[in-house]
Amino acid sequence: MSNALFTYTLRLADDLLILSQRLGEWCGHGPVLEEDIALTNRALDHLGEARNLLTYAGQVEGKGPASAKATAGPRSEDDLAYLRLERQFTNVKLVEQPNGDYAHTIVRSFLFDAYHLPLMQALTKSSDAQLAAIAGKSVKEATYHLRHSSEWLIRFGDGTEESHQRAQAALDNLWTYTGELFESDAVLEEMTKAGIAPDIAAIREAWSKTMDQVLSEATLKRPADAFMMTGGRKGLHSEHMGFILAEMQHVTRAFPGVEW
Amino acid sequence: MPTPTKHRILELLDYVKDPEIPAINVLELGVVRGVEVEESGKAIVTITPTYTGCPAMDVMAADIKKELLEAGVPAVEVRLSLSPAWTTDWITDEGKRKLKQYGIAPPEKTADIRALKGEQPVVACPQCGSTNTVLLSLFGSTACKALWKCQDCLEPFDQFKCL
Repeated sequence: MSNALFTYTLRLADDLLILSQRLGEWCGHGPVLEEDIALTNRALDHLGEARNLLTYAGQVEGKGPASAKATAGPRSEDDLAYLRLERQFTNVKLVEQPNGDYAHTIVRSFLFDAYHLPLMQALTKSSDAQLAAIAGKSVKEATYHLRHSSEWLIRFGDGTEESHQRAQAALDNLWTYTGELFESDAVLEEMTKAGIAPDIAAIREAWSKTMDQVLSEATLKRPADAFMMTGGRKGLHSEHMGFILAEMQHVTRAFPGVEW
Repeated sequence: MPTPTKHRILELLDYVKDPEIPAINVLELGVVRGVEVEESGKAIVTITPTYTGCPAMDVMAADIKKELLEAGVPAVEVRLSLSPAWTTDWITDEGKRKLKQYGIAPPEKTADIRALKGEQPVVACPQCGSTNTVLLSLFGSTACKALWKCQDCLEPFDQFKCL
């Protein structure tokens, strides 16, 4: 049980940590000042939630059987963020995809936000008190995030010919990464059975509804569900992941035990 | 110093300002959720984050410790509590008045029917009071604020987002 809870919490955390790292790359490079600020604000929200989840994951792991533990003491949020290897990260591949043009950045967030909001709403009713508390905090911010990405997507899709074409291209490119958000496996089944994780099918339904609503308003075409990427939850990532970690972890790696 | 009373601790917390909005203190902001004083004189202050990623929280916790220790409280512990989640309804009326004076439009009540329906709130310009205002960006200079502009006096201003 505690192993599955650790894995589940880590998955929630890793999605947010890596998306936050990606959004942070826009700092100082935003297309307009307001958006530069908006993206870094969002990155900060995601990072805050990731920190809460990583801290909790470390505590859960610390309570597990001693044989299952990788280190002597419970791992801290920093240990989990900075000292794991690529194969030990369990985020979906969607969040590690490059920023690309602004349409790609917005579409990537939109696809994630439309999943994250209903997930957090449902998690507030989790039988795990700490996950419910973290979700209760995040759900308010997630509402703003979905509004932000939806509004930009509508503006792009229903904007000029070029903005429409770029938004559609981003959607077509990234759609293949959305299947992974709703994958189920033994860990998720165990968590759902215990009332800790919500039913993923219901989250998918809410996500799909948001897709139809926003995409139709944006005059964009919803891509067909064809081949879907997989592997992130098992630690198998795209070629981009190593570069993200290299940048995120290099200070800690170069100066072990450094504090700042 | 004799064992400090809870009342005394609250008096001292009055001096601890929000590091990002120094116009209001931590009590007015509604982040202090509990104050206990143990027999030893140790004070335990429980605070709750406004926004999950708010970088001011660490500074606030440090400021609370510093203020109390300097005033002679023998030991101080600051605890963080996530639930119940902070809401802008916890900002006191005095806090809202000070925000407005500082040039930040205070948050509307979450019980506002418009907020419940997810509609855009009516925000009055803190400079001239006009409600002829437009939202420029959902995200402002700090995690807790949105950026607005007044159509009458043409001044841009920050609004404390309603949570």
